[in-house]
Amino acid sequence: MRREIPLAITFLVGMFMLVDFFVPHHAVAAVGEELKQWGTIVIAASILLGIGNLIRVHSRKIARRQTGWGFSLVCLGVMGVMLWLGLWPGEKLGPNPLVGSIAQGTYFNWMYLNMDVPLQGTMFSLLAFFIASAAYRAFRLRSPEASLLLIAAIVVMLGRVPLGQLLTRGLPEKATLPWITETIMTYPNMAAFRGILIGAALGVMATGLRIILGIERSYLGGEK
Amino acid sequence: MAGFDIRQIDRRVIFTLIFVVVAWPLIAPMRLPMDVTAPVQQLYDTVEAIPEGSVVMLAGDYSPDTMPELQPMVRAFVRHAFRRNLRIVTTSLWADSPPLIEAAMTPLAEEYGKAYGTDFVNLGYMAGGTVTLLGMGASIPNTFPQDYYQTPVGEIPLMREVTNFDDVALVMNISSGTPGTREWVQQVQSRYRVPLASGTTAVAAPPFYPYVQSGQLVGLMGGLKGAAEYEMLVEAPGDAVRGMDAQSIVHALIVFFILLGNVVYLAERRSKAARADATA
Repeated sequence: MRREIPLAITFLVGMFMLVDFFVPHHAVAAVGEELKQWGTIVIAASILLGIGNLIRVHSRKIARRQTGWGFSLVCLGVMGVMLWLGLWPGEKLGPNPLVGSIAQGTYFNWMYLNMDVPLQGTMFSLLAFFIASAAYRAFRLRSPEASLLLIAAIVVMLGRVPLGQLLTRGLPEKATLPWITETIMTYPNMAAFRGILIGAALGVMATGLRIILGIERSYLGGEK
Repeated sequence: MAGFDIRQIDRRVIFTLIFVVVAWPLIAPMRLPMDVTAPVQQLYDTVEAIPEGSVVMLAGDYSPDTMPELQPMVRAFVRHAFRRNLRIVTTSLWADSPPLIEAAMTPLAEEYGKAYGTDFVNLGYMAGGTVTLLGMGASIPNTFPQDYYQTPVGEIPLMREVTNFDDVALVMNISSGTPGTREWVQQVQSRYRVPLASGTTAVAAPPFYPYVQSGQLVGLMGGLKGAAEYEMLVEAPGDAVRGMDAQSIVHALIVFFILLGNVVYLAERRSKAARADATA
């Protein structure tokens, strides 16, 4: 029964949501809306599971003094501070409290905008340095396909910035880098992505049907 | 004395060059010329055609790492909407987004004299991804029972006029991943037929071109260039326009590195072939 009941729930809910899509009746829509709200609640609850798992994994690492346990300590400490700043019942401290809220001007908001935002920005901006280094070392004319890719990449990289426009200014429109770039994006790129999109959509439909019909059961876990 | 081997360039040299060519145009702007591409112009024209007083939805699904590309888009779009007296409801499927949207909107609301609750509302974050989108199709107040500041939506004047996507003239999705523009197209535009536009990072934009051609997206801003073009259209050049000079020079430098790397590679391959012929 541990497997049959979840499979039955999946089948009934999955089939109902399909019916909800095609039948514009208010009774069906009302039940569908209720189910969607349940879905939102279940997904929100999974965030709590995630927090619990994070605490468990890092606490174990700290307790066993594993490599990098100091980072785990920082991770848990910062999470605790942010939770405290966001969830503390600040209204007891008077009007417009600086804790217990995530609105502008609070400590939570200040820490987010002045610590989290620059840290994430810094991590992402490192990509520019690595891409430049990798481009020098790895982007090679090893085959005709690689050559085609390289030429297209150079044209698009220059055509997507004002410098490309400046370099080909004065040439006929169809010889300018921005025009060639737009043509690459609008025709070969779009054709390729349309194929990928259609293929992916068919795959999603097939997987969805397999799950609803109980053929695909890996999401239940425990299968060897 | 050993000669300089170009294959062994220290990566710190490359990193320093990148730093210099990013910093230099930001300190001394060059103001390179720039045209507006069709998908950005389409978006601008769509916003221009929306009747004054209509409600537009700004769906921010991004995180701080992509702020340099996406935040200028948010600012330019909000400026355009406020200037045209459109009212804005913001939502988010990403927990990181609401403070970023708030940071972008607050100064512009002050600049245009817009009041929270009547001219704009920040509904904040709701977990659930595609399920949340479907829920909004049925009822936005039921899906977002409170705004970002925990005020019940029933107490917010603007939200009394917004039940579902039928009351929204345009959804502008600013997205840097999943859930994002793809989910909005698949779950909202295709089902509820609400006009949808997208602003994404440059790296995420190519897959969305089919949606522009099919009309499922009424406009698309791709990367910093898209943001810069929109800033020019709303006649308020900002961070994106400033950043385009830096991006131009960095792209040119990367192209130079690619070409240099290949010249070295081809020369090496030729000399190896010559050695092999000699030994044969």
